[in-house]
Amino acid sequence: MDIPYQTEPRKDTGLFNAKLGIWLFLASEVMLFGALFSSYILLRVGAAPGDWPHGLLNIPLGTINTIVLIVSSITVVMAWASLKMKDFAAFRRYQTVTLVCALGFLGIKSYEYNDKFSHYEIQLKDGRVADGHLKETTATEYVLHHAHYVNKAEAAKVTHAYQEREIKHEEITVKKEDVKYMENYGPWHSTYLAIYFTLTGLHALHVIGGALVIAFLWGPGAVMWKTDPERYTNRIEVSGLFWHFVDLVWIFLFPVLYLL
Amino acid sequence: MSLKAFHLVFIIASILMAFGFATWSFLNYFSPIGEWTDLASGIVAILAGLGLVVYERFFLRKFKNVSYI
Repeated sequence: MDIPYQTEPRKDTGLFNAKLGIWLFLASEVMLFGALFSSYILLRVGAAPGDWPHGLLNIPLGTINTIVLIVSSITVVMAWASLKMKDFAAFRRYQTVTLVCALGFLGIKSYEYNDKFSHYEIQLKDGRVADGHLKETTATEYVLHHAHYVNKAEAAKVTHAYQEREIKHEEITVKKEDVKYMENYGPWHSTYLAIYFTLTGLHALHVIGGALVIAFLWGPGAVMWKTDPERYTNRIEVSGLFWHFVDLVWIFLFPVLYLL
Repeated sequence: MSLKAFHLVFIIASILMAFGFATWSFLNYFSPIGEWTDLASGIVAILAGLGLVVYERFFLRKFKNVSYI
C-alpha cells in the first residue's frame, strides 16, 4: 500500500506530509521557547534595580557562535539547492560544513559552561565577598584568577553588560579557614543563571538533535538518494526547516542574554 | 512555508540583529568608558549586516524558480 502525499503536495494544503508534520512540531516548539522567553522577560522586569546581573557572559564567544549558526543556515539551504540541481557531491560538501559548524557551536558553548562552573563567589567570615575563577586549590587556600572583592554599591550601578569592564580584576588568594560559604555560577546560583542554563541548555539539545538528523541523512540515510531522490530531497528540506528554527531561536537568545 | 521562505525570514532576522548589535556597540563606544574595540565591533557588525543584504539578493536570484510554499 502506498502512503499518499509523501513526495507530491496535497491539493488542499499545498504541502507534502513531512512538511506539514514539521510545521506542526515547530509550532509546539514556538510555544515551548515562547513560554521560557516570557518567563525570562517577566523575571527580569520584576527584578529590583541592581539585582539583575550584567556582564557575566563572554560576548565575543557569543558573537562567534552567532556567526557560526548563520553560516550553518546558509550551508543547509545550499545543500538543499544542490540536491534540487541533482548535485549530490555538492550537497555532501555543504552538509559537512553544517556539521562542523554544529560541533563548533557546541564546543564553544561547552567552554562557556565550563567557565561558569569554575567561576566562584566566596563569602568570607569578615563579611567580604570574593568573586573570580578558581585557578588552584591547595590544602589551605583557594587561588582565584581574574577576581575582585564585590562592592555591592558599585555592583548595583552596573546596568549594562559593557560596564563590567569598570571592575578591576586581580589574582586573589583566600584561606580556607576564612571561608564562610562558596558557590560556583551554576544554575543554582541565581535566577538569571537558572534561566540562562535552561534556555541555552534546551537550545543546545536542539542543536545536538538537529546535527544527529543531518548526520544520519548525510551518512546511512543517503541511500534513499538512489532509490527515491525526490523524497530524499524533501527530507533534507524538512531537516533544514528544523535547523533554521534552532538558528532563529539563537538569533533571539544572543541579544537578550548577552547584550541587554 | 518552504525552506526558501524560512531562510529569507531567518536572514532578515540576522540582518536586524547585526544592525542592532552595531547600535549597541556604538552606544558603548560613546559612553564614558567606551573603548576602540566597541567602535571596531560596531563597524564589523554593520559590514556583516550589509554582507547579509547582498547575500539575500543573491539568494533571491538563485532561488527565483523555487516555491515559497
